[in-house]
Amino acid sequence: MKIGQIKELLDAELLCGEEYLDHDVFSACCSDMMSDVLAYVKDQGVLLTGLVNPQVIRTADMMDMVCIVFVRSKVPTEEMVALAKEFGIVVMKSRYRAYEACGHLYTAGLVPAPEEK
Amino acid sequence: MAENVTFHFDVDGENFTSAGEASVLVKKKLRQLGLSPEVIRRVSIAMYEGEINMVIHADGGTADVTVTDDEVIIVLADRGPGIPDISLAMQEGYSTARDNIRALGFGAGMGLPNMKKYTDSMEIETELGVGTTITMKVSCKDA
Repeated sequence: MKIGQIKELLDAELLCGEEYLDHDVFSACCSDMMSDVLAYVKDQGVLLTGLVNPQVIRTADMMDMVCIVFVRSKVPTEEMVALAKEFGIVVMKSRYRAYEACGHLYTAGLVPAPEEK
Repeated sequence: MAENVTFHFDVDGENFTSAGEASVLVKKKLRQLGLSPEVIRRVSIAMYEGEINMVIHADGGTADVTVTDDEVIIVLADRGPGIPDISLAMQEGYSTARDNIRALGFGAGMGLPNMKKYTDSMEIETELGVGTTITMKVSCKDA
């Protein structure tokens, strides 16, 4: 799925990374616990979260993720967006709640990758 | 690589917002050195978890990373309270982090188990009231 399609499916507002909307992603995960993202996630391109702090951006960078969607209309700080730009990560925000946002993406074919062994 | 490459960082324990900056820098440096993406990923995650732990539990410390031809060695040293029971701390889900840390997305009790999972070896030296030093090694040869 193209990152641009995620933006459309989630009726999301793009905050940075317009140049990457054509990139493909193959899986996604959703969590407010960055500990769990670091523990269980592998080969996930997209992170959906309602947590707002710079560790969200750094966690995504550590996991080589390319797109972060802030759900429930959560707004990341300018500092976080600047950090994401530096890392080449697309950031968007959606009015959907996490459960709904995941449902839209899953139904459209974006599935979770197997857990890290 | 003709000579070993070393990096040293002071990890600020006062500022959760900046936690992880050293790991981000190490990741960049390892990319520049041309290490494989899988090795970089394992080193980055293990060091990031360790760095976050130092900020949460020990008011910061130091991080030293050495890159040799064969492996990446990460040494995280703090002057925190020490770990009373290492086997308990290694259990997935066990955490002494406060609720305010959980609200920031950490403290799920996955830090130390995760560091062990992503590295080829991990040694913990700890003394109550003195501090903790964790040495992790990641082989540069992909498994």
